[in-house]
Amino acid sequence: MKASRLPLITTLLVLVFFYLPILALVLRSFNASRYTPEWRGFTWKWYERIADRDDLLMALGNSMKVALAAALASMILGTAAAFALNRHRSRLQDFHGLLVRVPLVLPDILMGMSLLLLFVTAGLPLSLVTITLAHVTFCLSYVTLVVLARLEDFDFNVVEAARDLGAGRVAAFMKVTLPILAPGILAGGLLAFTLSIDDYVVTYFVKGPGADTLPTLVYSMIKKSKELPVINALSTLMLAMTFVVVMLAQRLTRRA
Amino acid sequence: MKTEKPGKSKGEWSATLPSLLWLVVFVLVPLLVIFVIAFRPTLPEGGVGEGWSLEAVRSLADPAYPLLLWRTLWISALTTALCLGLGLPVAFCLARLSPRWRGLVLLLIVVPFWTNFVIRVFAWQQLLHAEGWVAKTLRALHLLGENDRLLGNSGAVVVVSVYTFLPFAILPLFAAAEKFDFGLLDAARDLGAGAFRAFRSVFIPGIRQGLITAFLVVFIPMLGSYVVPDMVGGADSGMIGNRIAQRNFNDRNLPAAAALSGALTLLVLGPMLIRRKRRESA
Repeated sequence: MKASRLPLITTLLVLVFFYLPILALVLRSFNASRYTPEWRGFTWKWYERIADRDDLLMALGNSMKVALAAALASMILGTAAAFALNRHRSRLQDFHGLLVRVPLVLPDILMGMSLLLLFVTAGLPLSLVTITLAHVTFCLSYVTLVVLARLEDFDFNVVEAARDLGAGRVAAFMKVTLPILAPGILAGGLLAFTLSIDDYVVTYFVKGPGADTLPTLVYSMIKKSKELPVINALSTLMLAMTFVVVMLAQRLTRRA
Repeated sequence: MKTEKPGKSKGEWSATLPSLLWLVVFVLVPLLVIFVIAFRPTLPEGGVGEGWSLEAVRSLADPAYPLLLWRTLWISALTTALCLGLGLPVAFCLARLSPRWRGLVLLLIVVPFWTNFVIRVFAWQQLLHAEGWVAKTLRALHLLGENDRLLGNSGAVVVVSVYTFLPFAILPLFAAAEKFDFGLLDAARDLGAGAFRAFRSVFIPGIRQGLITAFLVVFIPMLGSYVVPDMVGGADSGMIGNRIAQRNFNDRNLPAAAALSGALTLLVLGPMLIRRKRRESA
């Protein structure tokens, strides 16, 4: 039977479509030309400019703080949630599972808008704290699903064995369950970290004036067409960083 | 595995409560707050007043809104159709590749989408720029008029939206295609069906669940699209999300933004309920 070549050709074209804009951006970040896309020679100067911009470094710091806090909190909450969903079947878990899945499908703008209204109603001033609260909320769902997928293959007989050998509930969890699940939880945490670093829409709604994260600062720079070549350079650095994180996550999931 | 021993319910509650409380406070309550604020009066300096008012809800009768809704729906529908149309052959191809190649291509598909969303849209903004090589090439080939622009229209919004959502369509389609028995296709071919006919009447029904999931994960978020029309669209390609942001940040009118968000929530809820129903029947 002769197989059609159409699917293969489509796949190759889709890959070109995926990488073309990214490659063009990386190339432009080394282009000495400031305003036009024509090639005017190789330069590092846009990268050097990044270091001069305190606001970028400050925003990067904010992004890191929020992402670390959101990843940690969502790892704890998400792991507990995954255990509850995996170990129990009840009306409560049906409701719990539904709530876990809502943030996955809810458009970002509705999540941002609804949280903004909540914070305004509660009289909570907008700051890095409100950004973190919002990020934990959407990270929680992703971590839960990642850990839940791991629990499907988890053999609870191992825990039973530890208990039979005299380990207490806590000791069995700390010494048996947690080490086996650690790669899964960590993979969930990495996913949460990247989701948090990446988020623009939700952050934009719940951030106070002056509390910029990297995506919101970059966005406002783009809107004002300010220092576009510097944004190219910054984007390339962020791309490189993301690739490293993805490779790490890939390693973690493969080994498990 | 799911044995409920007596006395376990305490364990269930302690494992469930932290995330359940968090989700109730930060997901369920905020969604309800939208519908409360929509019925509050607006203060002149941008705050939310006490008491009740129908002013914000009445503002939904804006004569510009039917067009806005229509544009949001068709841009979302066209993007979803293109994602499914491109995702299907890719999922088909992935499922037929040898495991080694499959892993590699899958990784290649996913990696760009771990990069920052704002940066990806920015990359497109530069690629489609009037002075960029894409525009210049198209102009040299007379495919693009001297004064036509690639940016600032609904076409750009659709292309960039397809770019950002295609992997989300490919993954569920691939998951379904992976489980598909390709022997059925051979059987259809042996019985005289052409390649396209076999694809259409055997493969597509076979991965129906994947198609429904792919449709929902693209179409629902698209309805709330905001960044892409803001960055690569023009004045006449704004969607509901842009109007919500405008009400909120430019007009400082929270109740009006809430009323519009409430309408969007109801719009999104429809397809979400289909998903729920499907899961229950599955």
